[in-house]
Amino acid sequence: MSASDEIWILGINMTKFGKHPDLDTVDLGAQAIMAALADAGVTMADIGVFAAGNLLGGGGIGQQLQKQVGQTGIPVYNVSNACATGATALRTAIMAVKAGECDMGLACGVEKLAGAGLLGAGGVPRSDAKVYNPSGRYGAVAGIDGRIGTNTMPGVFAQVGMEYGHKYGGATFELFARISEKNHSHSTLNPLATYTKAMSAEQIMNDVMIAYPNTRSMCSANCDGAAAAVVVSGEKLKTLSLEQQRRAVKVSASILTSDPWQEACQILPDVNTLTKNAAKQAYEQAGVGPEDLDLVELHDCFATAELVHYDNLGLCEEGGAVDFFESGAPWRDGRLPVNVSGGLESKGHPISATGIANIWEVCQHLRNECGDRQIEGAKVGLAHVIGLGSACGIHILEKSGV
Amino acid sequence: MSDVAQQVPLVNYLVLGETPHLVAHECTSCGARFFDRRNACASCFATEFRTVDIPNEGELRAFTIVSQAGPGIKVPFVAAVVDCGGTSVRGNIINTEPDPEHVTLGMAVRLATYSMGADDNGTEAVGFGYEPA
Repeated sequence: MSASDEIWILGINMTKFGKHPDLDTVDLGAQAIMAALADAGVTMADIGVFAAGNLLGGGGIGQQLQKQVGQTGIPVYNVSNACATGATALRTAIMAVKAGECDMGLACGVEKLAGAGLLGAGGVPRSDAKVYNPSGRYGAVAGIDGRIGTNTMPGVFAQVGMEYGHKYGGATFELFARISEKNHSHSTLNPLATYTKAMSAEQIMNDVMIAYPNTRSMCSANCDGAAAAVVVSGEKLKTLSLEQQRRAVKVSASILTSDPWQEACQILPDVNTLTKNAAKQAYEQAGVGPEDLDLVELHDCFATAELVHYDNLGLCEEGGAVDFFESGAPWRDGRLPVNVSGGLESKGHPISATGIANIWEVCQHLRNECGDRQIEGAKVGLAHVIGLGSACGIHILEKSGV
Repeated sequence: MSDVAQQVPLVNYLVLGETPHLVAHECTSCGARFFDRRNACASCFATEFRTVDIPNEGELRAFTIVSQAGPGIKVPFVAAVVDCGGTSVRGNIINTEPDPEHVTLGMAVRLATYSMGADDNGTEAVGFGYEPA
């Protein structure tokens, strides 16, 4: 086997996002895998590499899933890359196929997150020592979280959005609420979303405040869910049926970046530079520009994050994210629909599944199989995730020409 | 023994005394600053560092008003990024009401310290934040 230039998604699936009290992590992941294999028209016998991600389970999810769906002795990679875990698993399978190690690979991301509460807050009460003893990297004599800033995700990303507002202006509490209103409106057409109820900006602003300006409905929804994908080399795809070739979606770009050093990155995670870098590389690799995109699924872990990624992904000119939103562009009937799935705020964010689920959403549109929420005539789409720490995954996908 | 109880800073980059201030490790090669230890500079990979004082005055560059936090953490509080003469510092905004009327982007702030109480040995811990200047 030789290195492959072209990579295609042959089959892909996401489970219903929400509460799955009767399914454990392995059940949920296996459900997505079985459906992805069926969608691809292949079995585990065809798969030459498997990469899997899960953050909150016990570890070794790949081998556990394999035992549930078919143990063939192929290499299994367990990947962990925060909220970019799913995209990283997919990219791991893509790299193996691209390198010519095999002609077909499988990736899965799964998370049980329903009722998980506030991410980043820690699970146990802070107990300050009765004797002040410096410990840790900062020689702290007591807990830092809450005394020197916040570790909670809503608070971190709130500052990310506020920083953008400070730099360019116009980023009001109400603007962030209206971004969230858009995504909650979009999910009314997505039967697999965790929440499918429209919310007005006023309702969103009056919801429980978590970390100003992010209220509860402006935060990603903790939920259970899984997604899985089968990738295939271009050479192998040519040997498959016309129907498989017609439904296959081309991976025009698969990019993963980490955060390069920036002055303030030790203080507030820099989610901008690595996304800008990934976008630039992705557009170059795919040979397309933002103006060619028909839809974007970006990482709206919070309403404050969606705003900055309009800019980071080059969907608007630098500093123009507020104007881009105000123009109506990112609504599903706008110039460049963003998060027509409902996004993480409404569809939900089962962490490790997210980086494959957003690709499933794009694929459904490119295959013209998205039902009521189909973006008509979609040919090119972009899926983006950010894992804090940080990791950014971007995939650009194109409709088959067959 | 003096009557003044012994004090310890909340973190080792807070220097107490007459004029409390923060310090950082600065890369002698490129000037990048770090509040914790590094084996090599994250920016230029050089391995020499010197200790520098951080200005006490700054500008509020980003903030959030945290209403929901981990167990045992008192809310609401204002978490912020303060630009202190070109060095970004993480800290809470203190000595003002934690609402968007009193805390605004771009406002001038200065370092302030406060007592966190004494431990069983009578040692007092001192924390820091930034107050409107």
